[in-house]
Formats: sequence, structure tokens, C-alpha cells
Amino acid sequence: MQRIGVFVCWCGSNIAGTVDVQAVSDALKNEPGVVFSTDYQYMCSKTGQDLIQDAIKAHDLTGVVICSCSPRMHEATFRKTVAAAGLNPYMLEVANIREQCSWVHKDIKTGTQKAIVLARAAIAKVHLNAPLTPGETPVTKRALVIGGGIAGIQAALDIAEAGFPVDIVEKKPTIGGKMAQLDKTFPTLDCAACILTPKMVDAAQNENIRIFSYSEIAGISGFVGNFSVQIKRKARFVNEDLCTGCGACVEKCPMKKVPNEFNLGMDNRSAVYIPFAQAVPKVAVIDPDACNMLKNGKCGLCAKVCTAGAIDYKQRDEYIDEKYGAVVVATGFEPISLQKFDEYAYNSSKDVITSLEFERLTNAAGPTAGKLLRPSDGKHPEKIVFVQCVGSRCDGCSEKGKPYCSKICCMYTAKHAMLTRDKYPDTEVYVFYIDVRTPGKNFDEFYRRAVEEYGVHYIKGAVGKVTPENGKLLVQASDLIDNKQLLIDADLVVLAAAIEPDKSARPLATQLTASMDTNDFFTEAHPKLRPVESPTAGVFLAGACKGPKDIPETVSEASAAAAKVIGLLVKNKLTGNPCVASVDALLCSGCSACQNVCPYGAITYEEKEFRMPDGVKMRRAASVNPAVCQGCGCCTVACPSGAADLLGFTNRQIMAEVDAICR
Amino acid sequence: MQKMTREALLEKARELLSSGKVSAVLGWKKGEFDYDVTPAVFDSVDALEDFVWGDFCGANLSKYLIKETKKHRVLVFLKPCDTYSMNQLLTEHRFEREQVHAVGVPCDGMADINLLRRKAGEGIVSVDSIGEEIKVETLYSDEPVIIDRREVLLERCVNCKSKKHAAFDELLSDAGEDSSSDRFQDVEKLESMTPDERFEFWQNELSRCIRCNACRDVCPACTCETCVFNNPSSGAENKAPVNSFEEQMFHIIRAFHVAGRCTDCGECARVCPEHIPLHLINRKIIKDMNAFYGVFQAGAEVGAKSPLLDYTVSDIEPGAVFDGRDHDA
Repeated sequence: MQRIGVFVCWCGSNIAGTVDVQAVSDALKNEPGVVFSTDYQYMCSKTGQDLIQDAIKAHDLTGVVICSCSPRMHEATFRKTVAAAGLNPYMLEVANIREQCSWVHKDIKTGTQKAIVLARAAIAKVHLNAPLTPGETPVTKRALVIGGGIAGIQAALDIAEAGFPVDIVEKKPTIGGKMAQLDKTFPTLDCAACILTPKMVDAAQNENIRIFSYSEIAGISGFVGNFSVQIKRKARFVNEDLCTGCGACVEKCPMKKVPNEFNLGMDNRSAVYIPFAQAVPKVAVIDPDACNMLKNGKCGLCAKVCTAGAIDYKQRDEYIDEKYGAVVVATGFEPISLQKFDEYAYNSSKDVITSLEFERLTNAAGPTAGKLLRPSDGKHPEKIVFVQCVGSRCDGCSEKGKPYCSKICCMYTAKHAMLTRDKYPDTEVYVFYIDVRTPGKNFDEFYRRAVEEYGVHYIKGAVGKVTPENGKLLVQASDLIDNKQLLIDADLVVLAAAIEPDKSARPLATQLTASMDTNDFFTEAHPKLRPVESPTAGVFLAGACKGPKDIPETVSEASAAAAKVIGLLVKNKLTGNPCVASVDALLCSGCSACQNVCPYGAITYEEKEFRMPDGVKMRRAASVNPAVCQGCGCCTVACPSGAADLLGFTNRQIMAEVDAICR
Repeated sequence: MQKMTREALLEKARELLSSGKVSAVLGWKKGEFDYDVTPAVFDSVDALEDFVWGDFCGANLSKYLIKETKKHRVLVFLKPCDTYSMNQLLTEHRFEREQVHAVGVPCDGMADINLLRRKAGEGIVSVDSIGEEIKVETLYSDEPVIIDRREVLLERCVNCKSKKHAAFDELLSDAGEDSSSDRFQDVEKLESMTPDERFEFWQNELSRCIRCNACRDVCPACTCETCVFNNPSSGAENKAPVNSFEEQMFHIIRAFHVAGRCTDCGECARVCPEHIPLHLINRKIIKDMNAFYGVFQAGAEVGAKSPLLDYTVSDIEPGAVFDGRDHDA
């Protein structure tokens, strides 16, 4: 019989507010095997931990149950506590009476009752606990950064600076991401290219960094310290090592009518192209959907003019397998599609544009060489209406937009308005907003400058409809402060479209078994205390893949994620998880179901000898390599014979918990 | 009557036994009555005298290969639907393929003695199939009763899933064809019931269970070294019909146990002495799996991964079940 001690934590008023902790502690005194039960205000504090350690010694405890917050929060803390008092750390169970109890119940009676039941389950489990000893696994000292925007570049640079090799996988032909498309950056108004492109070059020149551009993640398996990743390098039909980026092919290519993605389709590029002048790698790529040679074998001009002999029409997708110790996800964002927002005439008028398109229109390298001209007739717009929160902060219209605030729009719209007034003082600028949200260093000052110094008309209210008429855009809007309806004959309407996670994020999260929220943003291991870590060990998060974010925040997160990666890669060995699978060979029928589902390749089959009543038999049976097993438990549910079991979470332990709850 | 004759099977059995290519033949032998046909192992040409082949050879012989191949190289006669079970067992590494010489026998559908009894009455003393007619003599009537064979086929033969052998070393006839069946019709009927009606239906059916374990013992997917119901440390031992809940648990545990591995061979329902339509539980799971992960037939090929043991990025999110989303969509 175990000698069990129960420790009920108040968590200040977090638990004690909805659970009668004293009653819980008293009720549990009568459970079988419980020799000590008490409660304390903060069990995780030094005093609380001392209390546990003293009780272990005084009462000769063999098992400990802590009723507190989620084990995700403090199981590790308490394991160390009991270990310091001489107990095996796996003789501890945590009953989650905060997240699963006090936080979800309002009524003290219900909360108390449920806390007792949860604790009973934990006690029933501890009775069947056995001491476990973790093994060790080596660490592959190489990091993978998925996404080559500013977040990915910064993370890669920092990891590389610390001396670890790092690979960037970017699906576009060049790194740089969204920031490369921007003109100026708030609040200091430095030009995006001037601060980004040197970093892109740094990344390319750093000998610890390999850039896989025009590449995708084809598969990921493994676990912290030991990820196996397959990278698909899409055929660019240009030999990256030979191409000098001279651009002769681009010039000669006869197929010049392909919408240019980099300028958001506002001008055209050729079938063979370099995304932009500062692209890294500065290597041409052939668009197989547009190239005549690839489509029907007629042309071949680019190969003729290429003095480097880099054009290779026979190039095929290539797959590279590499091992990594850590993964940084920096997949970034995309503006949402405005297909469903017909009221703003985005689909029917060329002069209704998104803010990102506006960036390209004002960018010196953009389709108008930086001159602000209307896309429809190339004339200078005299009246511009900016509409904020298009698809952001949508309430009850989630079909159309997003429930969250996209965070960056207030600042970039202030920037757009201010820069327009600065360059074209004769242009009238209106901004329609729900709220202006400008927290951040020098942010509010920036917005006020737009209003006070540059005379931008900020109007609190919504735009109801935009109607193209006689070359103008009639904007119907309401002014909520003056309580009147407005009708503005604008020349250009700019929509601050909500941003959403990149479409590649969801399948990637599935492959990484990293969790996501309902909006497909990656979730943090802890939103405050572990903001750049995914709950999946070894997977780190940076930038807009986990929520709308501006450049300063993105860069600091990238460096934070890099610091976490470095902290992992400097270790030679990682302490494994002793809660691994084991197979009872006597029950195993050798069907291979467990081997089929094991994501880590930890299960092997061999002919084993069995001494049976009717003699010695040879039979095929499974065995688990505990150094490779990560304790996911897939095999235990796949096994049709109940032969596979998970140490620390055995079927018997779980059934004992269920029985205790149903008692 | 089966178009393939007993003599054709016997000839093959004699040939292989006497040439020494196999040392045992898995077939069927007559019991006390004509319809009482049971699986049997014949280890000599002489023993083959008891060998039968006819409308009551419904028993699927695949499962016996596990035991017999340990002792012999075995000639096994397999009807098309039986071959799926053999493949599934091979997928699960339950015996060595080299130990088996599988002879595919064409099948014209097997008769269900229970349906026959319902039509001809109790006290059947002899059954004789001639063409599409079955002549039944009973204790209680002087005149034999003539019954249309097609009206007394086993449910699984009415809804035959294939006349084509999924695996064989040789065929006694030309290769058959896949049949199109409406085997999910009965499942749909159950699905269209309200939860209360459905509960009552199963309560009624399962309340007859006497826990004879025939369904388990005959099931070619039930081949564990130690069955959980016999294992004192499994926690599921003795899930006997102590109360109405537990008698259902036995069948529900069994259905989940064979999920993704059940070939829908229908042996469970065939052997149930209480005539519980156990195949419907398994078939419901097969139907759901087909809807969720695409059509999958366990045992169609050796080594194929069941969708329950496989993962693809396009797999349906588990939440779909709770969303109440249309399963057939």
C-alpha cells in the first residue's frame, strides 16, 4: 500500500475562490492510502514546496498528489520538489483543480465536489504508479527556420551568429517576405528596403545559413532534438549555382504579360523573372504556367541568351532530407481576400485597392515608380478615402471577416495618410475608423502628427457603400461624432484588409503536431511566460504566424525564438521522457499495427522465444526502443490485443482513474 | 446447388496430398445432419471420404490457417469472400504465406439453415440441393418441401461483396467479378432511427446474448494470443451479461477491436445461436470509415494499411463526428 500525501493549493483566490480547499483536503484524508492531507495558499512557492518536502520526510510518503493548476503549468516544478525530498519524480500526480475546476465553475459546492472527484482519480492513479527513470537522447545541432520573411531572417541570423548551422525554407523564389513589399515603415519612416535588404544579404552571405528558396516542407517527423525533415525544392528551371542574376533572359523573354505577384498584379512580368531587383538569391525563375518552352516546347530564347548556361528546362522538383534539432515557424501572414466585400466595390473598380497595393503604388520600385497614380487612368488622385478594419473586428459576420483586430492597420494607415499629405499637400485624405489603436513606442505621437500636423481628416464611422460613378468613387459613410451621413466623391479608396495566417500554416501545424487556435494562428506554450514556444517541444514561433504583429514585435520575437533555439542546441543530450511505451510480448500477436502507427519508428519486430505449457514456441513479437519512443501512446490504442501500454499512463492506471471518478 | 462439384475439389485435394505438396487439407465435413457442416482438417487421402462441398459450406476456413500452418503445409479451399480474411491475416503476420496453397472455389451463395427452418419447419432430417431448388424432408411431413434456394441464402450472400477471389494460388474456375451489393441498406435503416429507437433495437437484440463466445471464436479478426475477455489483468475480463450494460459492452468492445480489420465476412452473425445481427455493428463502422476516409475493404490486398492505422493530411478532423456534419458528404 502506498503512503500518499495530498496537497491542496489555493492558488491565491484562483482556486480558493470557487473551491472550498479545506473541505477538499479534509475529504481526501479518508481516501485509501492517504496518510497526510493539507492545503496551502501557494503550493508552488518556496514555502509551499518546503511544506511538501517536510511532509514527505515526516510521514514517510511514497506518493504525492498535488491539487493545483494544470500539470502543464507546474508538474515539472513539483516533480523537482519531490525528487529533492528523495521520492522518484514519477510518484507524483497533479489533479488539475484550477483550469478544469475552479475556473469553469461558479458555484462553490459544485467546484468543491468536482475537485474532490478529480483528486480521487489522481490518488487512484498514484496507487498504481511505479518509479520511472528517464533516458537521454542526442541533439542534432542544426536549426530549421520555416519562412524567409523578416522573422525568419532575423531568427536565422541570430542562430547562425551563435555558431549553429541553420536552414531557411522559403516557398517564394526570394526571401524578404511581406516587408520587402513595403515602402516606408512606421513610426520612424525608414524605407523598408534600406533596412531589410542588408539583412537579406547578411543571411545569404553567412556561412552558417543555407537558404532553400522556392521550396516547401514536404514532411516532418521526429521530436525535439531529432526532427527529420524533407524539403521539396521546386523546379525553377534555372540552375541556381550558375545563374548570375544578370537579367538577360528576363529582357529577352517574349512572354511579358504575366501578372506580377510582387506588385500584386498591378503590372506584368515576363515568364522568366527575378521577383525584384534586390531578391536573395538573385536568381531567375521560370514560371511553368506561362513559359511557352515548358508548355509546348516552342521558344527557348532565354537559354540562347544565357551566357552562364543556367537555363535548364528539364529541371525537376528535388527532395532533400535533413535532420534538425529545433524548428522555428515564421510563416507570417496574408491579407484576407476581399471577394466577399462587394460593398466597397473592390472587385468592380480598379481604384479601390488594398493597403498593401497602396504600398506598391508609393514604392519607388513599384509599378508607378513611386508616383501615386490611380490604377484606372494613371491620373493623380485628389481625394483619397482610407477605410479601416475591413474584415477585422467582425462581430457576427465571421463568415466574411475575422473576429480579431489586425493590429497593424491603424499605424500603416496613419503612415499612408501622412506620407500622402507630405508628398501631395493638395490631396485631401479621409480615414474612417472604428477606434484608433496606437499603443507602442512613439506610435500615438505618430498618429497625432498625421491629424495635427498633416491635416488628415479622421472620421469615426463606417463606410457603408462605395459606388463607382463617372470616374469617381462615391463613398457613403456615417460620421458618428457629428451624427451625420457623408457622401464623398473620392478618386481612390484604400481598404485596410484584415490579415490572416498564411495558408501553408495549417498543414504545417498538423505535420508538426503544433496546436493552433480557431483562426489558424499558432498557439504559444504559455501566452505570457513562454510566448515564442509552441506546446510541442522543439518547435518555436516567431512573428505573425501566431497573431497580427508589426515589424518591431516580429523582430524581437524572432530574436527571442533564436535565443530559445540556441539554448536547446548548446545541449549535447536531452533528458528523455520516461513515460514511454512497452509491449507485453506474451499478449502480442505480431500484427504490426503498432509499428504502422508509430511516428518515431521506435517499434521493431523480432522472433521471440516463448516458454509455454506445451513447449517452447517461436513467435513474432514487438519491442519498443525507449530511447526513440516519445510516449505519444498511438501504439497503445492501435494494438488490438492490449499488449502495448504506456508507462506512467498504463491502461490500468487510466481505468483506475475512471473508476474513481465513477465511484 | 453449387455449380462447382465436390468431385472437382476432391480431385484437387487428392492430387496435392498424394504429391506431397501439402500435408493437410482444410475443408468441410458433414455433421450429424446434412446442414451441419463444420470445418475440418484432412491429413490423408483416405480421410477425404468425409469431405463435403455444398450449400452449407458457409464456414470461412481462413482462421484455421493460423493453427494448421504451424504443423503442415496446407491446402485450403476458399470462397471469394473468405480470401479477404486470409489476406487480412497475412497483413497481420498471423502465418506464413508459403505454408498455404490457396485454391479458389467459386461460390453461388450459401444457404442459411435458419431461413430454411423458417420455411420448411422444424425437424429437418435431410436437405438436398438440386439446381436452384432445395428439397427438404422433415420428421413431420411425408412429402418433401421444395424451397427456392435464392430465398434462403445467408444475408452476406444476398449482399455478396465479391465473386472475385482477392488471393489464390489457383482457381478451380474462371475468375469471378466484383458484385455490387446494397450491404449498407440495413445500416441506413438503423441510422434513420431515433437514438431511442436504435437503443431499443439493440437492447432487444443484445439481450438475447448468452455469451457463448461463438462470434469471437469464429471471427477471423479475433486471433489475439490472449483474448482480453479471458485476461484477468485486462479489466475487461468477465464482461458477462451481469446486467444489460455489460452484455452490450462485450459486443461493443469486440466491434472496436475488429474495426478497420473486419472484412465483413459475416461469420459472427452466421454462427450466433441467438440470431443477433452482429454484422450490422461492424458494418456500421465500415460505413463510417468509408465516409470519413474513403472506401476501404479490409483484406483486399495484403499489407494495405487500414485508415485507422494510417494518417494522411486530408484525413477528416475528428471533430466532424461531433459537429453532426453529414457523414456522406
